Amino acid sequence: MGLNRRVGFFAGLKYRGGGPMWAWMLHRVTGIAMVLFVGTHVFASFFMQQTGSDLATNINIVYESWIFQIVVIFIVIFHGLNGMRIAILDIWPKFQVFQREALWLQLFIFIPIYGLTVFILIQHAVAGSY
Amino acid sequence: MSSRTVQPGLSFEYVMWIFTRISGLSLILLAAIGIISAFAYGARTQVDLPTLMRWTFFPNPNHIINSDIPDVTLGWANAFWQVMQILIVFFGVTHGFNGLRGVIEDFIGQSIARPFIRGFIFLLWTFAMVIAVYVILFS
Repeated sequence: MGLNRRVGFFAGLKYRGGGPMWAWMLHRVTGIAMVLFVGTHVFASFFMQQTGSDLATNINIVYESWIFQIVVIFIVIFHGLNGMRIAILDIWPKFQVFQREALWLQLFIFIPIYGLTVFILIQHAVAGSY
Repeated sequence: MSSRTVQPGLSFEYVMWIFTRISGLSLILLAAIGIISAFAYGARTQVDLPTLMRWTFFPNPNHIINSDIPDVTLGWANAFWQVMQILIVFFGVTHGFNGLRGVIEDFIGQSIARPFIRGFIFLLWTFAMVIAVYVILFS
Protein backbone atom coordinates (compact mmCIF):
# COMPACT_ATOMS: atom_id res chain seq x y z
CA MET A 1 0.00 0.00 0.00
CA GLY A 2 1.04 3.61 0.34
CA LEU A 3 3.09 3.11 3.49
CA ASN A 4 6.78 3.25 2.68
CA ARG A 5 8.72 1.26 5.29
CA ARG A 6 12.08 1.58 3.56
CA VAL A 7 13.38 4.45 5.66
CA GLY A 8 17.11 4.90 6.12
CA PHE A 9 18.75 4.99 9.53
CA PHE A 10 19.48 8.74 9.62
CA ALA A 11 16.10 9.61 8.07
CA GLY A 12 14.52 7.52 10.82
CA LEU A 13 16.41 9.43 13.51
CA LYS A 14 14.83 12.67 12.28
CA TYR A 15 11.35 11.35 13.13
CA ARG A 16 10.26 13.44 16.10
CA GLY A 17 8.80 10.68 18.28
CA GLY A 18 10.33 12.19 21.41
CA GLY A 19 11.08 10.26 24.60
CA PRO A 20 9.02 7.12 23.87
CA MET A 21 10.76 6.70 20.49
CA TRP A 22 14.23 6.94 22.06
CA ALA A 23 13.18 4.56 24.83
CA TRP A 24 11.95 2.08 22.21
CA MET A 25 15.19 2.34 20.22
CA LEU A 26 17.42 2.05 23.29
CA HIS A 27 15.34 -0.91 24.49
CA ARG A 28 16.04 -2.76 21.23
CA VAL A 29 19.73 -1.84 21.11
CA THR A 30 20.31 -2.81 24.76
CA GLY A 31 18.31 -6.01 24.24
CA ILE A 32 20.45 -7.12 21.30
CA ALA A 33 23.58 -6.11 23.21
CA MET A 34 22.52 -8.33 26.11
CA VAL A 35 21.79 -11.32 23.85
CA LEU A 36 25.30 -10.94 22.39
CA PHE A 37 26.94 -10.41 25.79
CA VAL A 38 25.15 -13.23 27.64
CA GLY A 39 25.41 -15.62 24.68
CA THR A 40 29.16 -15.04 24.30
CA HIS A 41 29.64 -15.28 28.05
CA VAL A 42 27.81 -18.63 28.28
CA PHE A 43 29.94 -20.14 25.50
CA ALA A 44 33.17 -18.51 26.76
CA SER A 45 32.61 -19.80 30.30
CA PHE A 46 31.88 -23.28 28.97
CA PHE A 47 35.08 -23.41 26.91
CA MET A 48 37.15 -21.78 29.68
CA GLN A 49 36.04 -24.54 32.01
CA GLN A 50 36.21 -27.50 29.64
CA THR A 51 39.24 -26.77 27.43
CA GLY A 52 40.97 -23.85 29.17
CA SER A 53 40.91 -21.93 25.88
CA ASP A 54 42.95 -18.69 25.88
CA LEU A 55 40.38 -16.86 23.75
CA ALA A 56 37.54 -17.77 26.15
CA THR A 57 39.63 -16.74 29.17
CA ASN A 58 40.49 -13.39 27.56
CA ILE A 59 36.82 -12.75 26.74
CA ASN A 60 35.93 -13.27 30.39
CA ILE A 61 38.81 -11.03 31.51
CA VAL A 62 37.41 -8.24 29.30
CA TYR A 63 33.96 -8.86 30.79
CA GLU A 64 35.36 -8.42 34.32
CA SER A 65 37.08 -5.09 33.59
CA TRP A 66 35.55 -2.02 35.21
CA ILE A 67 35.03 -0.14 31.92
CA PHE A 68 33.03 -3.02 30.50
CA GLN A 69 31.05 -3.23 33.74
CA ILE A 70 30.04 0.44 33.49
CA VAL A 71 28.62 -0.30 30.03
CA VAL A 72 26.94 -3.55 31.09
CA ILE A 73 25.30 -2.03 34.17
CA PHE A 74 23.87 0.77 31.98
CA ILE A 75 22.45 -1.78 29.54
CA VAL A 76 20.97 -4.02 32.23
CA ILE A 77 19.47 -1.27 34.44
CA PHE A 78 18.03 0.64 31.48
CA HIS A 79 16.53 -2.46 29.85
CA GLY A 80 15.18 -3.70 33.19
CA LEU A 81 13.55 -0.41 34.21
CA ASN A 82 12.20 0.29 30.72
CA GLY A 83 10.86 -3.27 30.48
CA MET A 84 9.21 -2.89 33.89
CA ARG A 85 7.52 0.32 32.70
CA ILE A 86 6.27 -1.42 29.55
CA ALA A 87 4.98 -4.44 31.48
CA ILE A 88 3.21 -2.29 34.11
CA LEU A 89 1.56 -0.11 31.45
CA ASP A 90 0.48 -3.24 29.54
CA ILE A 91 -1.00 -4.85 32.64
CA TRP A 92 -2.96 -1.66 33.56
CA PRO A 93 -3.68 -0.03 30.17
CA LYS A 94 -5.59 2.88 31.76
CA PHE A 95 -2.21 4.27 32.91
CA GLN A 96 -1.15 4.60 29.24
CA VAL A 97 -2.51 8.16 29.49
CA PHE A 98 0.48 8.94 31.71
CA GLN A 99 3.11 7.25 29.54
CA ARG A 100 5.26 10.37 29.23
CA GLU A 101 5.13 10.93 32.99
CA ALA A 102 6.04 7.26 33.45
CA LEU A 103 9.10 7.85 31.27
CA TRP A 104 10.19 10.77 33.46
CA LEU A 105 9.64 8.67 36.58
CA GLN A 106 11.76 5.93 35.00
CA LEU A 107 14.55 8.46 34.33
CA PHE A 108 14.44 9.74 37.92
CA ILE A 109 14.76 6.16 39.20
CA PHE A 110 17.49 5.31 36.68
CA ILE A 111 19.81 8.27 37.37
CA PRO A 112 20.50 7.65 41.11
CA ILE A 113 20.88 3.86 40.72
CA TYR A 114 23.21 4.12 37.73
CA GLY A 115 25.06 7.18 39.01
CA LEU A 116 25.82 5.59 42.37
CA THR A 117 26.99 2.35 40.75
CA VAL A 118 29.30 4.17 38.32
CA PHE A 119 30.64 6.35 41.16
CA ILE A 120 31.57 3.31 43.26
CA LEU A 121 33.03 1.44 40.24
CA ILE A 122 35.27 4.41 39.30
CA GLN A 123 36.21 5.00 42.95
CA HIS A 124 37.43 1.39 43.25
CA ALA A 125 39.14 1.53 39.84
CA VAL A 126 41.07 4.67 40.83
CA ALA A 127 41.99 3.12 44.17
CA GLY A 128 43.21 0.09 42.20
CA SER A 129 41.49 -2.52 44.34
CA TYR A 130 40.81 -4.64 41.26
CA MET B 1 -20.92 3.59 19.87
CA SER B 2 -20.89 -0.07 20.67
CA SER B 3 -17.74 -1.73 21.83
CA ARG B 4 -16.62 -4.82 20.01
CA THR B 5 -15.40 -7.90 21.78
CA VAL B 6 -12.31 -9.62 20.48
CA GLN B 7 -11.55 -13.22 21.27
CA PRO B 8 -7.77 -13.52 21.08
CA GLY B 9 -6.69 -16.87 19.74
CA LEU B 10 -3.71 -18.52 21.37
CA SER B 11 -1.32 -17.74 18.54
CA PHE B 12 2.45 -18.13 18.90
CA GLU B 13 2.98 -14.36 18.81
CA TYR B 14 0.32 -13.82 21.52
CA VAL B 15 1.85 -16.44 23.82
CA MET B 16 5.36 -14.98 23.34
CA TRP B 17 4.03 -11.44 23.93
CA ILE B 18 2.70 -12.53 27.33
CA PHE B 19 5.80 -14.64 28.04
CA THR B 20 8.06 -11.63 27.40
CA ARG B 21 6.25 -9.60 30.09
CA ILE B 22 6.07 -12.45 32.61
CA SER B 23 9.70 -13.51 32.11
CA GLY B 24 10.93 -9.89 32.28
CA LEU B 25 9.18 -9.25 35.58
CA SER B 26 10.33 -12.68 36.86
CA LEU B 27 13.96 -11.85 36.03
CA ILE B 28 13.71 -8.62 38.05
CA LEU B 29 12.19 -10.61 40.94
CA LEU B 30 14.92 -13.28 40.71
CA ALA B 31 17.62 -10.59 40.71
CA ALA B 32 15.99 -9.02 43.78
CA ILE B 33 15.99 -12.40 45.55
CA GLY B 34 19.66 -12.82 44.66
CA ILE B 35 20.79 -9.42 45.95
CA ILE B 36 18.67 -9.63 49.14
CA SER B 37 19.99 -13.12 49.93
CA ALA B 38 23.56 -11.93 49.31
CA PHE B 39 23.16 -9.20 51.92
CA ALA B 40 21.53 -11.69 54.30
CA TYR B 41 24.63 -13.93 53.92
CA GLY B 42 26.94 -11.00 54.76
CA ALA B 43 27.76 -9.47 51.35
CA ARG B 44 28.18 -5.99 52.90
CA THR B 45 31.59 -6.85 54.34
CA GLN B 46 32.66 -9.87 52.27
CA VAL B 47 31.86 -8.92 48.65
CA ASP B 48 32.82 -5.87 46.55
CA LEU B 49 30.42 -4.17 44.12
CA PRO B 50 31.45 -5.82 40.80
CA THR B 51 31.26 -9.24 42.43
CA LEU B 52 27.86 -8.41 43.90
CA MET B 53 26.73 -7.27 40.43
CA ARG B 54 27.84 -10.54 38.88
CA TRP B 55 26.08 -12.51 41.64
CA THR B 56 22.88 -10.47 41.15
CA PHE B 57 22.86 -11.08 37.40
CA PHE B 58 23.52 -14.79 37.86
CA PRO B 59 23.89 -16.46 41.32
CA ASN B 60 26.70 -18.82 40.31
CA PRO B 61 29.47 -19.65 42.84
CA ASN B 62 32.07 -18.96 40.09
CA HIS B 63 30.90 -15.34 40.11
CA ILE B 64 31.98 -14.79 43.74
CA ILE B 65 35.37 -16.48 43.43
CA ASN B 66 37.30 -13.20 44.01
CA SER B 67 35.49 -12.28 47.23
CA ASP B 68 36.38 -12.59 50.92
CA ILE B 69 33.69 -15.17 51.59
CA PRO B 70 35.28 -17.82 53.83
CA ASP B 71 33.15 -20.78 52.68
CA VAL B 72 30.76 -20.53 49.70
CA THR B 73 29.12 -23.85 50.59
CA LEU B 74 27.47 -22.06 53.55
CA GLY B 75 24.48 -20.63 51.71
CA TRP B 76 26.07 -19.40 48.45
CA ALA B 77 26.42 -22.73 46.60
CA ASN B 78 23.66 -25.30 46.95
CA ALA B 79 20.74 -26.93 45.12
CA PHE B 80 18.49 -23.90 45.76
CA TRP B 81 20.81 -21.61 43.82
CA GLN B 82 21.16 -24.24 41.06
CA VAL B 83 17.37 -24.17 40.64
CA MET B 84 17.44 -20.34 40.66
CA GLN B 85 20.19 -20.34 38.01
CA ILE B 86 18.24 -22.72 35.78
CA LEU B 87 15.15 -20.49 36.14
CA ILE B 88 17.18 -17.38 35.27
CA VAL B 89 18.78 -19.11 32.28
CA PHE B 90 15.43 -20.38 30.99
CA PHE B 91 13.68 -17.00 31.37
CA GLY B 92 16.68 -14.96 30.23
CA VAL B 93 17.72 -17.01 27.20
CA THR B 94 14.13 -17.50 25.98
CA HIS B 95 13.28 -13.81 26.49
CA GLY B 96 16.49 -12.78 24.75
CA PHE B 97 16.34 -15.04 21.70
CA ASN B 98 12.62 -14.32 21.26
CA GLY B 99 13.44 -10.61 21.35
CA LEU B 100 16.20 -11.13 18.78
CA ARG B 101 13.68 -12.99 16.58
CA GLY B 102 11.25 -10.08 16.92
CA VAL B 103 13.84 -7.49 15.93
CA ILE B 104 15.12 -9.52 12.94
CA GLU B 105 11.60 -10.24 11.68
CA ASP B 106 10.75 -6.53 11.96
CA PHE B 107 13.67 -5.78 9.67
CA ILE B 108 13.31 -8.51 7.05
CA GLY B 109 9.50 -8.30 6.80
CA GLN B 110 7.78 -10.95 4.68
CA SER B 111 10.72 -12.91 3.35
CA ILE B 112 11.54 -16.39 2.19
CA ALA B 113 14.37 -16.41 4.75
CA ARG B 114 12.02 -16.12 7.76
CA PRO B 115 11.54 -19.85 8.53
CA PHE B 116 15.29 -20.47 8.17
CA ILE B 117 16.14 -17.61 10.55
CA ARG B 118 13.52 -18.92 13.00
CA GLY B 119 15.05 -22.38 12.80
CA PHE B 120 18.57 -21.03 13.30
CA ILE B 121 17.51 -18.97 16.34
CA PHE B 122 15.73 -22.03 17.76
CA LEU B 123 18.95 -24.04 17.33
CA LEU B 124 20.99 -21.32 19.08
CA TRP B 125 18.40 -21.24 21.90
CA THR B 126 18.58 -25.03 22.36
CA PHE B 127 22.39 -25.00 22.28
CA ALA B 128 22.67 -22.14 24.81
CA MET B 129 20.16 -23.80 27.15
CA VAL B 130 21.96 -27.18 27.08
CA ILE B 131 25.40 -25.63 27.64
CA ALA B 132 24.19 -23.32 30.42
CA VAL B 133 22.41 -26.12 32.29
CA TYR B 134 25.52 -28.30 31.90
CA VAL B 135 27.72 -25.53 33.38
CA ILE B 136 25.24 -24.97 36.23
CA LEU B 137 24.89 -28.63 37.22
CA PHE B 138 28.39 -30.02 36.55
CA SER B 139 30.82 -27.20 37.35
